Order: sequence, then structure tokens, then C-alpha cells
Amino acid sequence: MARIEVNHIRHSYLPNPKKDSDFALKEVHHTFEDGGAYALLGPSGCGKTTLLNIISGLLHPSHGQLLFNGSDVTRLSTQERNIAQVFQFPVIYDTMTVYDNLAFPLRNRRVPEADVDRKVRETLDMIDLAAMANRKARRLTADQKQKISLGRGLVRSDVNAILFDEPLTVIDPHMKWVLRSQLKQLHRRFGYTMVYVTHDQTEALTFADRVVVMYDGEIVQIGTPAELFERPRHTFVGYFIGSPGMNVLPVALEGRTAMLGAQRIELPGVPKAEAGAVELGIRPEYVRLGREGMTVQVSKVEDVGRHKVVRANLEGKEIAAVIGEDDEVPSEPKVRFDPAGINIYADSWRVEMGA
Amino acid sequence: MEKTWNNKAWFLVLPVLVLVAFSAVIPLMTVVNYSVQDTFGNNVFFWAGTEWFEELLASDRFWEAMVRNLIFSFIILAIEVPLGIFIALNMPKKGWGVPVCLVLMALPLLIPWNVVGTIWQVFGRNDIGLLGYYVNALGIDYNYVQDPIDAWVTVIVMDVWHWTSLVVLLCYAGLVSIPDAFYQAAKIDGASRWAVFRYIQLPKMQRVLLIAVLLRFMDSFMIYTEPFVVTGGGPGNSTTFLSIDLVKTALGQFDLGPAAAMSLVYFLIILLLSWVFYTVMTNYDAER
Repeated sequence: MARIEVNHIRHSYLPNPKKDSDFALKEVHHTFEDGGAYALLGPSGCGKTTLLNIISGLLHPSHGQLLFNGSDVTRLSTQERNIAQVFQFPVIYDTMTVYDNLAFPLRNRRVPEADVDRKVRETLDMIDLAAMANRKARRLTADQKQKISLGRGLVRSDVNAILFDEPLTVIDPHMKWVLRSQLKQLHRRFGYTMVYVTHDQTEALTFADRVVVMYDGEIVQIGTPAELFERPRHTFVGYFIGSPGMNVLPVALEGRTAMLGAQRIELPGVPKAEAGAVELGIRPEYVRLGREGMTVQVSKVEDVGRHKVVRANLEGKEIAAVIGEDDEVPSEPKVRFDPAGINIYADSWRVEMGA
Repeated sequence: MEKTWNNKAWFLVLPVLVLVAFSAVIPLMTVVNYSVQDTFGNNVFFWAGTEWFEELLASDRFWEAMVRNLIFSFIILAIEVPLGIFIALNMPKKGWGVPVCLVLMALPLLIPWNVVGTIWQVFGRNDIGLLGYYVNALGIDYNYVQDPIDAWVTVIVMDVWHWTSLVVLLCYAGLVSIPDAFYQAAKIDGASRWAVFRYIQLPKMQRVLLIAVLLRFMDSFMIYTEPFVVTGGGPGNSTTFLSIDLVKTALGQFDLGPAAAMSLVYFLIILLLSWVFYTVMTNYDAER
């Protein structure tokens, strides 16, 4: 297991990158602690997979350094880095049996056959394929194949880190849940350093201790699931995490008060915002719908099961509010913002509020 | 589910049946007709029964041509398949090299067969041929007109030159269909170059290779034009393959009966081999 330091890494797929927009990874500087379970979360094309492939050595970064436990591995090959990686779509060796598929990474490293057998049987139990050990791998279903891919990632116990690149895309929802909890269990048992790439927030939030949110080639926030929810550092994190995402409304500041059109909103503190476009972010969970506060026009109520999402218009801006399953929308609806849920953003970045 | 039976569908395949009848069945039947009769011209025919078949199967000439042909097919397969795989593995997968390589590879396939024969006939001549002249100038005695070994070498090199491309293109098609993730996973798993070939590339090429072997075997078993143009089946009978022998009998000697019998035997062999290959391939698919 290793501590992975990503040291000012930039990467471009173009031969001569000039502008910032030529870079798939603008600049990433972050340390993955030994034994941590991390999720890299972000929309398609934000550079998650690029970062993952740089860590595993499938790609070499244009700039910057990569350190494993303090030693520079930037120019080392994948083999030398001793990394396990699981890909989005199942990769299996067609002609081999399930057993041989799992034994392959070990045999390539000349592990004694007795150890191979022990490790493979352990892994087979883990991924629940022990009964199929001697079947040809190509006759399995897609999710069984993906389990083999996962198994090949888990079979080596001495790896520096295990990387997952959206590994559960092809798996049924129910199975997804089972596998994810298994991975989490494995992490607790063996303390692997795990990095899990996904664009699915639920997956990221349930799997990881720390979630790294990426947007447009940059890390915008690193935090626990609760931090990402309560205090998004960037409006993007607000939108991207949560369902529905955070309401972001342009406001003008006057000391402790934010002006939204004609409405005055009391803030929990005085924002330390300098110049720039100021926005107020509030999660739908903190918008209280009732008979007091600012008048809104409700346009739609979506019943999503355990709660309802109310879409409304406040001072010409779309906002969403979450109300309980049995709550009704009042006839003259008004909203109040719970001060605990208010964040202020200047140029999309969160600013602290003083007393 | 209830199936609807409607025999009107037969009318839809009727045009094809008529076409096949005129282009294949009727000509084949005239061959059958010839194979059981003897004629001395003037459209006078005598019943010969199985005489021509017995004669053919007892003749050394037929079996020698057959053995020669099998050896030839075996040699060209043994060269073209590994060579084709090797070239396909080393062809660029992206960039400007791809179209260049593909066009270069396709060139020999686009040349008419008799032109291929003529090219090599001239190329190998030791008086004016570029190849023949310089090989002799290097001190190697090479003369495909007189030496049976040289004639074989020439015919084989010509076939390799002409047809390896087909194997290359088929293998290449198989190779480019392998997703990148497989190579990446192999790197992660620490697979050697050989292991990548053995467990990723070869399995993905299996199907196209089977087709390549089938096509090359059939083609080489029926080869006629190129060796006919280069060596005319000589020196002696050393490069007389089945089809050359057949044409010699039918048109050279105008022995229509024996030639027809030979055609039918030849036809049956091809039919049998096609069936074998077809069965192997469909079984292979079913297994997948």
C-alpha cells in the first residue's frame, strides 16, 4: 500500500499544448493518503480517467511528478509501479478459464503456484464465482465477466493501490449495491489505497471516505460526503452533488444582508467577498416552504417517492425546494431560507462568512 | 408462437434458382454427361460407364498432380499465415501510416492474375529479368525454366507476394477491433509481449484466421493462371497442379471424357473440403 502524491501534474493529449484549454488536466496537486478510499467524481470529460491512468502509468503526464511513498515514479512503467486497475467494461482473457483469468496477474509475476492457488481461491470466494472456477470465461454473462475483472484487480495483495474506472457501469443496479459494499468491506479489511472513478454521486458518496470532485480538468473540492453537501466550495459541486442540485441565485450584498431583486435575505454572517459576481447557494433541503417569507409561484411538484420536489419561481429565478412526502403546498406559497444552509459564492468560489 | 405457412415465398427465390440452373447446374450436368461417355467427334457418343473414373483413380498422373498441389497448398499456408500475422501485428494502428500500409497491402490483390504471372515470368528470367539476372550475378544458379526446384521457388514466392496481403488485411481487421482496455489491462496484469499475443491478439484473430486459411487453401488448391503463365506446368510436369493437368487433358488433348471425370472428382474434393471448413467454423461459433 502506498501514499500517492500527485505533484502539480498537468496533462495534455496534444503534442504542443499552449492554452489552458489544451490541457485535459489543468493542474492537479493532491495527496492520496495510504489506505484511503477515494472517489474521483465529475462529469464525463472532466479528466478523471486521465488522472487515474496517470497514476497507474498507462499515461505519462506532460508536466509534474508522481510520488509513491515519497519516491518518484513519474517515468516508471505500469508494471514497475505495481498497481491494480479495473476498467469500465469487462476485460477477460477469452480462452482461459475463470480460474486462469484470476491467476494470470500472479503467474506473470512468477508467484509460486501454491500461493497462486490460495490467492485465487480466496478471490473467487470474494467475488462469488467459486462455482464457476473451471468454466471458460467467455461464456459468462457481462456482470460475471466484470466480476472477473474486479477479481483480477483484487487478487494481488501487495499492490500499491487499486484503481477503479467506473467499474460498475455494466452491472445491474441490485448487483451494483452488493459489489460496492463488498469493495468497501475489502477496504476495511485489508486497508488498500483505493481510488474509484465515477460520475455517479451515490456511488461516490457511498464508497469513499473522501470524495475528490473534478470539473474541467481541475479538482474543485476534496471532502467528506457531508462537507460536499453542506459546504460546496464551488457552485459546480453544488449543482453536481445532490438531487436536485443546489439553488444558485445572483444576489447583491449589503453587509449581513443579501439582496435578491426586491427581497432581503438575512445571512448568518458577513461574507468576506471582494468584487466579482456574487451568488447565494442554498440546497433545496434548506428551502422552507410555508406561509411566511418570500412569495413564490409554484410551477411544478414532482413526487420522487420519499419526498416531493417543488419547482418554483422566486424573483424571476427558478428554485427548487424539498418538502416531505405528506406535506402540501400552501395556497399562497412563500419560502424562507434556513440560514444554516446558506453559502455565498464570489466568481463561483465559496467565500467565508465572518461574524 | 404460431408460424404462418406461406409457400408463395418460393416465387421470390425462383429468379435465383433459374440463374443458378443456367450458370451452374446445367453446365455441371453436361460435364456429368461427358464423364460417362466416349466420343470420336461428329457428336457420336458411346456409353463408357465408370471407365473414365476408374482410369483416373488408377492413373499416376492424377495422383502426382494431387500430391504436388497439396504440398504447394501446405507450403504457401505455412508461409503466408505466420508472415501475414507478423506483418499485421507490425502495421501502424493510427496516423498517416495506416492508409499508406493498407494501400500498399491491397495493391497485389488488385492485379489481375495473369498479369501477376507475366510480371514474375519476366522478373525471374535470367537474361532480362531483374530478379533472375541479379540472383545469377550473385553466383547462385537460378533458372526456373530448367530447374524444377527453381520453378517451385518462383511459383511459391509469387503466390506469397500475391496473397499474403489477404491474410494481412484479415488479421489487421481482427486486431484493430480489440479495444484499448485489453492492452491496458494486460499491462496492469504484467503480461509479456508473448502473453499479449497468445491470450489477447490470437484469440481475437482466430475467426478471421480461420477464414484466411479457408480462402487461401481453396484458392491455392485451384491455382491455375499464375503458374500456367510462369512455368506452363514445367519443367517436365514439376509444377503441373490439378487444374493445369485438367486443362491439359481437356483442351490440350481434347479428351473430354477423362477430363469430365477429373472435373467431377475435383469438384467433389472441393465440396468435401468446403463442408469440412464450414462445419468447423459453425461448430466454433456455436461453442462461443
